[in-house]
Amino acid sequence: MKLHEYQAKALFRENGILCPPDKAVDTAEEALQVAEEMGMPVVIKAMVHSGGRGKAGGVKVLSDISEVKETAENILQLRIQDLPVRKVMIAPAVNIETEVYLSILLDRSTHSVIYVGCKDGGVEIEETAKTNPEKILKLQCSTVQLKNPDDARLTEFASNLFDGESQVHETVEMMKKLGALFLTTDASMIEINPLITDDKGTVIALDAKMMLDDNALFRHPELAELRDMDSEDQDELDASEKGLAFIRLDGNVGCMVNGAGLAMATMDTIKHFGGNPANFLDVGGSSNPQKVVEAFKLILKDPNITAILINIFGGITRCDDIANGLLESLKILDVPVPIVIRLVGTNEEEGRALLVGTDLITAHTLEEGATKVAELGGKS
Amino acid sequence: MSILVNKDTKIIVQGITGRDGSFHTKQMLDYGSQIVGGVTPGKGGQTTADGLPVFNTCQEAIEATGADTSIMYVPAPFAKAAMLGAANSDIKLMIAITEGVPTLDALEAYEALSAKGIRLIGPNCPGIITPEECKIGIMPANIHKKGRIGVISRSGTLTYEIVDQLTKAGLGESTCVGIGGDPIIGSKFVDLLPLFEEDPDTDAIVIAGEIGGQDEVIAAEYFKNHMKKPVIGFMAGLTAPKGKRMGHAGAIVGGEDDTAAAKIKKLEAAGIPVASVISDVVPLVESKLN
Repeated sequence: MKLHEYQAKALFRENGILCPPDKAVDTAEEALQVAEEMGMPVVIKAMVHSGGRGKAGGVKVLSDISEVKETAENILQLRIQDLPVRKVMIAPAVNIETEVYLSILLDRSTHSVIYVGCKDGGVEIEETAKTNPEKILKLQCSTVQLKNPDDARLTEFASNLFDGESQVHETVEMMKKLGALFLTTDASMIEINPLITDDKGTVIALDAKMMLDDNALFRHPELAELRDMDSEDQDELDASEKGLAFIRLDGNVGCMVNGAGLAMATMDTIKHFGGNPANFLDVGGSSNPQKVVEAFKLILKDPNITAILINIFGGITRCDDIANGLLESLKILDVPVPIVIRLVGTNEEEGRALLVGTDLITAHTLEEGATKVAELGGKS
Repeated sequence: MSILVNKDTKIIVQGITGRDGSFHTKQMLDYGSQIVGGVTPGKGGQTTADGLPVFNTCQEAIEATGADTSIMYVPAPFAKAAMLGAANSDIKLMIAITEGVPTLDALEAYEALSAKGIRLIGPNCPGIITPEECKIGIMPANIHKKGRIGVISRSGTLTYEIVDQLTKAGLGESTCVGIGGDPIIGSKFVDLLPLFEEDPDTDAIVIAGEIGGQDEVIAAEYFKNHMKKPVIGFMAGLTAPKGKRMGHAGAIVGGEDDTAAAKIKKLEAAGIPVASVISDVVPLVESKLN
């Protein structure tokens, strides 16, 4: 789950990580009021879960109060990478002396948490990583090392970001607090870009991005509430509530599969034979016929659907349960498109027997099913 | 021979009294796996419906039964405690089936297990099977057949699909390992390939990967530099939409393209042929064996 900058900064403040004050608002009028209280100059930032905010015109520094309302209005009307901007954050503009990059994240390849730093902070950081990879510093930590930080290691790392002794010291302290925040919130990433020194030489987190582990939200109800529903796809949320994983795509062949890997392989195979998948849908490893009904409802919401492929390789999932769900769906839903079904694995005989006498088109292999559904769905 | 597990493997089930744990214990026993007991804290001293003794801790279970392997079915919120319990015992191999384990819990448990030299498979995986000898997991038994092809996969049902075709083609499998799809997993492709390379009963290895991370690419590097046996690949997710990224951290660290297309390119460049549809896996294996 992603947090907005103002949400992440609130957590920063609670944990003693220095960042400028800010306020997030929904309207241009409120933005003006906040700017009047803060005093000029201010920065106005779009609160949206996508990168490239600055390049899309979602970040403006203003010194004239007369520009605030119109600028806030413009930003609130933006869509950045297809997401609407519902809130803007207002903060006092800071005099930047130097800017560096600092983040902490999980690193699957080394089984560790790593700090990443670069003396050249800012929006060109990815370019720097490509052209001068030696400039990107990494510090690997176990969870034990995060809980018991080693000042010497952190100091060595921080000395590569700043030259001044007090800046290095402040960065070390900030890294410790970031490490602790990472653990206590079950984060998967915290990024500060840029981390700056102001005209007084103080180290300040000017930006904040945070991602939290969805699997751990059950033990952080207060953080789960921070989810921005406007940034989420309603169908995908409904699906996850019903125990399904669902992502809508732009094709016309609906898919229902058990298991994420097989679901992706099924989409790939449909494409391979000339069809165009309309969704990713994993019914999961359970045997609940009701899930099949819910899955059908989600697929059929899309008016572009011209055919559906059901691909089930029963393990924990039982084919007879899937067949029962399918019969129930056909009874209560109007399914106006042809359905190709491939049903193998646990209880496949029982499952197939239940489906005798229906209009379903059967296939014995995934390739056969994909070929049939691509033909029925019309190639695109 | 085989890798990791065989007919002599003695297994304890963590979470044996739970719904999934008890169901799959029966299935594993029916397959002939040597399940010798279970662990459920607070239920030590009881006996399961299958007549197996239940212990409070892994170490008690090991001392009483001589088990060397543990399989875990406990629900995600309790998985860390169970994994640390295994780390506190003399177990050699732990297989974590549980789905939805918080990533930092998995990381902490991994650290504790590896400090003790215990190999972890999973979490969020279907388990391991050496056909006709030992099944430790949730995979459907009847699709497997003893043979000479090793399988390593990040996805459950995708593995079944590949195994089914290997079996129907008469090739069969030496050992199949589901390594799991979570961000932090105990053993990766590169950790298991050396075991298959050394296993006299494996002639070729199929690796089934998917989008995300660089595990397949690291495996391809290893293959190129260290392996003589053929490896055949399958990669799911060519049509998967690119996740909406946030921040630069992932891109800077990974530094590499983690799409299916990018991985297929790198595998093929390293000499691992990649099947474009699942039904091409068997012909590719056969062509490499000849």
